[in-house]
Amino acid sequence: MSVVGPLLTAPPEPAEAPPSSTVLARFRADRPAVAGALVLLLAALGCWLGPLLYHTDQVHTALWLARLSPGAGHPLGTDDLGYDVLGRLLAAGRTSLLIGVLAGLLGTAIGAVWGALAGCAGGWVDTVLMRVVDTGVAVPALFLLLVAATLVTPSVGVLAVLIGCVSWLVPARLMRAETVTLRERDYVRAISVIGAGPLRVAFRHILPNAIGTLLVNVTFQIADAILLVSYVSFLGLGVPAPTTDWGAMLSKGLTYTYDGAWWLILPPGIAIVVVVCAVNFVGDGLRAAFAARGPR
Amino acid sequence: MTRYIARRVLLAAVVVLLVTVVTFVLLHLLPGGPARGALGVKATTEQIAAFNAAQGLDRPLPVQYWRYLSRLLTGDLGRSYTLNSPVSTLLAERLPRTLLLTAGSTLLAVLVALPLGVWQAVHRGSALDHLATACAFLLYATPVFFLSLILIIVFAQALPVFPAQAAQGDSLGELLAQPGSLVLPLLAGGAATLAAFSRYMRAATLDNLTEDYVRTARARGTREREILWRHVWPNSLTSVVAMLGYYVPVIFGGALVVESMFNYPGIGLLFWSSARNADFPVLLGVVLVIGVATVAGALLADLAQLAIDPRVRVPARQARAGATA
Repeated sequence: MSVVGPLLTAPPEPAEAPPSSTVLARFRADRPAVAGALVLLLAALGCWLGPLLYHTDQVHTALWLARLSPGAGHPLGTDDLGYDVLGRLLAAGRTSLLIGVLAGLLGTAIGAVWGALAGCAGGWVDTVLMRVVDTGVAVPALFLLLVAATLVTPSVGVLAVLIGCVSWLVPARLMRAETVTLRERDYVRAISVIGAGPLRVAFRHILPNAIGTLLVNVTFQIADAILLVSYVSFLGLGVPAPTTDWGAMLSKGLTYTYDGAWWLILPPGIAIVVVVCAVNFVGDGLRAAFAARGPR
Repeated sequence: MTRYIARRVLLAAVVVLLVTVVTFVLLHLLPGGPARGALGVKATTEQIAAFNAAQGLDRPLPVQYWRYLSRLLTGDLGRSYTLNSPVSTLLAERLPRTLLLTAGSTLLAVLVALPLGVWQAVHRGSALDHLATACAFLLYATPVFFLSLILIIVFAQALPVFPAQAAQGDSLGELLAQPGSLVLPLLAGGAATLAAFSRYMRAATLDNLTEDYVRTARARGTREREILWRHVWPNSLTSVVAMLGYYVPVIFGGALVVESMFNYPGIGLLFWSSARNADFPVLLGVVLVIGVATVAGALLADLAQLAIDPRVRVPARQARAGATA
């Protein structure tokens, strides 16, 4: 008997979660998801409440303190303009997280409405709406974002709106698929027979019942948005100084790669990786928790 | 089946047309219009009016779009504001190099990811499976520029094994003549694809391993190795191959960053320097080319799936009838 034998006939997902009836209970039993949620909570608390306990000046430069390695008074050293790196990390985190969350929510909101309408309306409306989505998918988001960023003056709000506007495509496709499935349910058929139009069916019945898929999608959109904003800032077209975000910090640190100033490169990079990983774990946990509900 | 292919090709053509509309609209959203971009900020109103009349920019928009489209069909993508060269020449020079990078990194990533995914599925739950999964999650979450930075610091600075900059050749031959300089860009470009495709392959293989035909084959006494490589592997491969076509935009996005990090002379680097110089004809030319490449990739993926997966060829009606017969 080879080791492959029993594994070939075993069910695909190991039944680790205890049988629970609520989504929250199943989520709590998924350890990576809970760890991810805790990391995100710590990151949010650190970025918003941290500066109240750990005061640094993130607006005025202090060139006589430039590029000190980590030591007394500056746990993560200082950057080329004399800003304390730990304080800068927290300030940048506020920008990255805020833009990420706003853009993720915006993208999923637009996409959900678009997909629900396409799925409910059907026919040529559906075809037209989905061809627009296909066109949007054809151009990589990063390229469109860079072109848009050269046309407008970026700020936190503008960047959030721009990123939301390039990330609504995937939620739109997901929502349309979900709508097409839900449309066949008896209760939706009954509502249509009574005379409800596609708008009412979409907003009053389909969207609320797709909340599981939407919630999972929002988390993944937030992860993607945090990555996208770091790309845009790294390439120099993000928020203007002295506001900063993790991508901009990395782009500054890039200049000092060969000087051995690792404290300018590793902290923001590791921050991005840890936060995005945590959001992905939470999203996976939510997906498993909602999927175990079975067909509605 | 011919109708299916014809419909897919027609839809692809429609999407390409819509991409040209998008680039045309973006071109006209420029502050001050293309005239100010080409003539500079000190241009007088008379100069701008003359430029507009000469370029036909004072005609109604549908007329302008028609002229834009006919110019596109003859291969005229405009002229760069800053590089004093037609956009099509710039793209023709640099596209082969970018294709070398993207195709090379994707091929390497897929060659490693597919067997890895199958291995992970078969040894699901083992320590190495968990390790590979953890690595995949980490690679997903790592921005390509950070990964490139780490690669440069470790392999070009700390242990000087590979050069930190790609070969600055003009032709493909010169690039390939220094294979060492291609290693880090290929690694950085392929890492994310490797992570994603090993996960897809693992999931697809697991799905197939629980199908009835596998149980039947085992009951008939077929060896596990034969089940895996003769039955499960081709079935998992079809769904994963289809994903490749949809991955083209992601691959090009990654190429943009990798080329800027390693100073690799491809379209990505051209796009980035044009974005910093607000050189719109080049920007939009690149967007158009990548849009067309993506649509072509998705179409090829669909057609490839049609060719290698017989299940797709059978219309739904026949499949249902066959199941009940």
